[in-house]
Amino acid sequence: MKDQLDRIIEATRRGRMSRREFISRTTAMGISAGLASALYGKAAQAQEPKKGGIMRMGMAGGESTNSLDPALAASEVPFQVNLTWGETLVDVAPDGTLELRIAEEVSSSADAKEWKFKIRQGVEFHDGKTLTAEDVVATLKRHTDEKSQSGALGIVQGIADMKAEGDMVTLTLASANADLPFLMADYHLVIQPGGGMDNPAAGIGAGAFRVDVNEPGVRHTFTRFENYWDAGNVHLDGTEFYVMNDNTARTAALQSGQVHVINRVDPKIVGLLQGAAGIKIRSAAGRGHYVFIMHVDKAPFDNNDLRMALKYAINRQEMVEKILGGLGTIGNDFPINKAYPLFDDTIEQREYDAAKAAEHYKKSGHDGSPIILRAAPGAFPGAVDAANLFAASAKAAGIPLEIKLEPDDGYWTNVWNVEPFCASYWGGRPVQDQMYSTAYLSTADWNDTKFKNAKFDELLLAARGELDQDKRKGIYSEMAHILRDEGGLILPMFNDFVCGVSDQVQGWIDDPNGELMNGRASGKCWLA
Amino acid sequence: MHPLLKLVIQRLALGFLLLLVVSAVIFLGVEALPGDTAQAILGQSATPQALANLREQMGLNDPPLTRYFDWLGGVMTGDLGKSLTNGADIAQAIGQRLGNTLFLAACAAVISVPLALILGLIAARYAGKWPDKVISAITLTTISLPEFVAAYFVIYLLTQVIPLFQPVAMVFPGMSFGAKLHAVALPVIVLVMVVLAHMMRMTRAAILNVMQSAYIETAELKGVRPMQIIWRHAFPNAIAPIVSVVVLNLAYLVVGVVVVEVVFGYNALGQFLVDHVTKRDLPVVQAVGLVFAGVYIMLNILADVIAIFANPRLRHPK
Repeated sequence: MKDQLDRIIEATRRGRMSRREFISRTTAMGISAGLASALYGKAAQAQEPKKGGIMRMGMAGGESTNSLDPALAASEVPFQVNLTWGETLVDVAPDGTLELRIAEEVSSSADAKEWKFKIRQGVEFHDGKTLTAEDVVATLKRHTDEKSQSGALGIVQGIADMKAEGDMVTLTLASANADLPFLMADYHLVIQPGGGMDNPAAGIGAGAFRVDVNEPGVRHTFTRFENYWDAGNVHLDGTEFYVMNDNTARTAALQSGQVHVINRVDPKIVGLLQGAAGIKIRSAAGRGHYVFIMHVDKAPFDNNDLRMALKYAINRQEMVEKILGGLGTIGNDFPINKAYPLFDDTIEQREYDAAKAAEHYKKSGHDGSPIILRAAPGAFPGAVDAANLFAASAKAAGIPLEIKLEPDDGYWTNVWNVEPFCASYWGGRPVQDQMYSTAYLSTADWNDTKFKNAKFDELLLAARGELDQDKRKGIYSEMAHILRDEGGLILPMFNDFVCGVSDQVQGWIDDPNGELMNGRASGKCWLA
Repeated sequence: MHPLLKLVIQRLALGFLLLLVVSAVIFLGVEALPGDTAQAILGQSATPQALANLREQMGLNDPPLTRYFDWLGGVMTGDLGKSLTNGADIAQAIGQRLGNTLFLAACAAVISVPLALILGLIAARYAGKWPDKVISAITLTTISLPEFVAAYFVIYLLTQVIPLFQPVAMVFPGMSFGAKLHAVALPVIVLVMVVLAHMMRMTRAAILNVMQSAYIETAELKGVRPMQIIWRHAFPNAIAPIVSVVVLNLAYLVVGVVVVEVVFGYNALGQFLVDHVTKRDLPVVQAVGLVFAGVYIMLNILADVIAIFANPRLRHPK
């Protein structure tokens, strides 16, 4: 009942529940009307954001090698930093819809090949210059340039032509893409003055906070940008990120009040922290997932029966409970879950079935030699434990799965995308098209299962140009079936983003798009 | 020329040669690691085109020997170059980090060295009796704990049970001296625990060794008080071995405390080095390696010189 009450109070705090509704729901829980009325007063009071204060966050995922150049961002802290000083054209809201930021209008031609973004007037950069359509085009050009090392290169490559006229940016695509606006929310694509061509790592943007101190791998501090275009919705005077890669020290820092917020709470200690005074565990069901990937073009994984045997031989429920401490959901061997728009929830859930696994294994005619699965502790948190659980449940089905432990150092270079069977993770993408295009299209650079299926490719391209949402949903469902039954992906679980938040922090929203409110915690929260 | 001065110059020249060898070994070591900087930076998100662009930009396509001598030429002219990963000026980045490393080492040394000497003297005075046994038991326990276990233990004790300090120790320019001391309290405690036993045991052993000598017996027969004997007669003659152990531990406090730095998130050279090894950022790894090797060599020269000064026979050679 406590949880339920918390939820109702939270909803009231965010102004989503009227007094009448609040009282009828709380009295239904057995709370007296008098108490309910008093509770409502308290909850509604907290709704008014308080201005001022400096929020401190302890974060894992930062290195002294990080740069302020948004193109080079690849880990968690640079992602957070980019979105604190930078602003993107659009944003993906927690409910998965598009939110307009620098662009105030987005429209497309009927064939989804030409997209127009109307640029908001009067948006100012930290250096006092006014943001123009030319800045937007220059920024996109820098990321699409052939010499670029941008992490967004794969995302913006499909733009054939871009031009700025007045306050309008027009992007022409090589092939139709109904999801293009969502791609513009990518955290690399923060708009910089002149596109950041002269000094990409200057840290000058149009975001809610300006950079004060940039000490990569140690701390990043920011103060509120007075001329931010949306300043009315920013409550803090400043925000400070401290890089704390050690789990124990980070947790202790939250408990001792050294920081207000931490990311990546270890699932093993969530139970202990939940009882701690003054702290709440916030978990957001995201799109990120932990996987075991097989190269479908290499023996023995070129045999679909063997792949099916392994897919039936994994106990997904057990993994969610033991590896994620229950903070996650089971996967179904395709990389999409209900956090994505146009998800088909009628697709049958694959369960652990030793008999079926044994049957497929027998049919595959595998010679009984050990099947090597490579894993490293850093492949994903708990990867080695997960691999061992997998080996145990496979053994029960008579499949000789053997774990080979690899070092973290160099794992993404020497094992992932090289060895035919290994543990890995994906961070998820805002829309289905982007996830499939990134890793499952025949020609994708990061096709880490070497999955090449003409029918699948054809459907993916067809969905891109399809503006009828029902038809698109149907196409995506068909693709999910193909990947689930023929692909090289074993997807046991989707992991939640788990943060620890002090009770002093108000306005927290569980955002499935990314960690720490998808990088917007500083811009949206306030301190009580 | 005074023989001692000659020796110091010889040692310095030798140290310089050693540094050259160290730089070559580090270069070979990093080259031998699988993967290159471009791959390490881009990680899972490496596309062939982005990799090629990054390699081109960082000059990774030059042959290894060219890169090594380019780097060496730069260092000889006082230019440590720029970091491959984020383009930061290496000398500047290291300067600040080195300051933090030395600050932590100095704090730990100021507490641990006198404490170890005093405890060692007391243990020698009461050799085999209960004070000796208690001191030995405690210091041997603390040295036997792995550093990270000791670190987690003090974090739990001094931030959760008794909330005196903060678990994450970071110091920044602009903090007051007191605030800095407060910030580094926990890592200092752990480091003192780790280095105390070694110095204490050596002090005790060296003094007990001297105590066997005939002149100590004479002093005892004269009726000099035991503590007086140790302080006036035994200690000066035991200085050489004690100094070499103390210096060894000081070197450890500067170059060997990576684990402690990582656990407490302390922003000094150790953590910095680990991050750059992970990314195969060769110029930074070499620069930090040189700094560490230089500190080690200098401290060892210092130990030798002190040992010679402490020994009249070596001080006044015939």
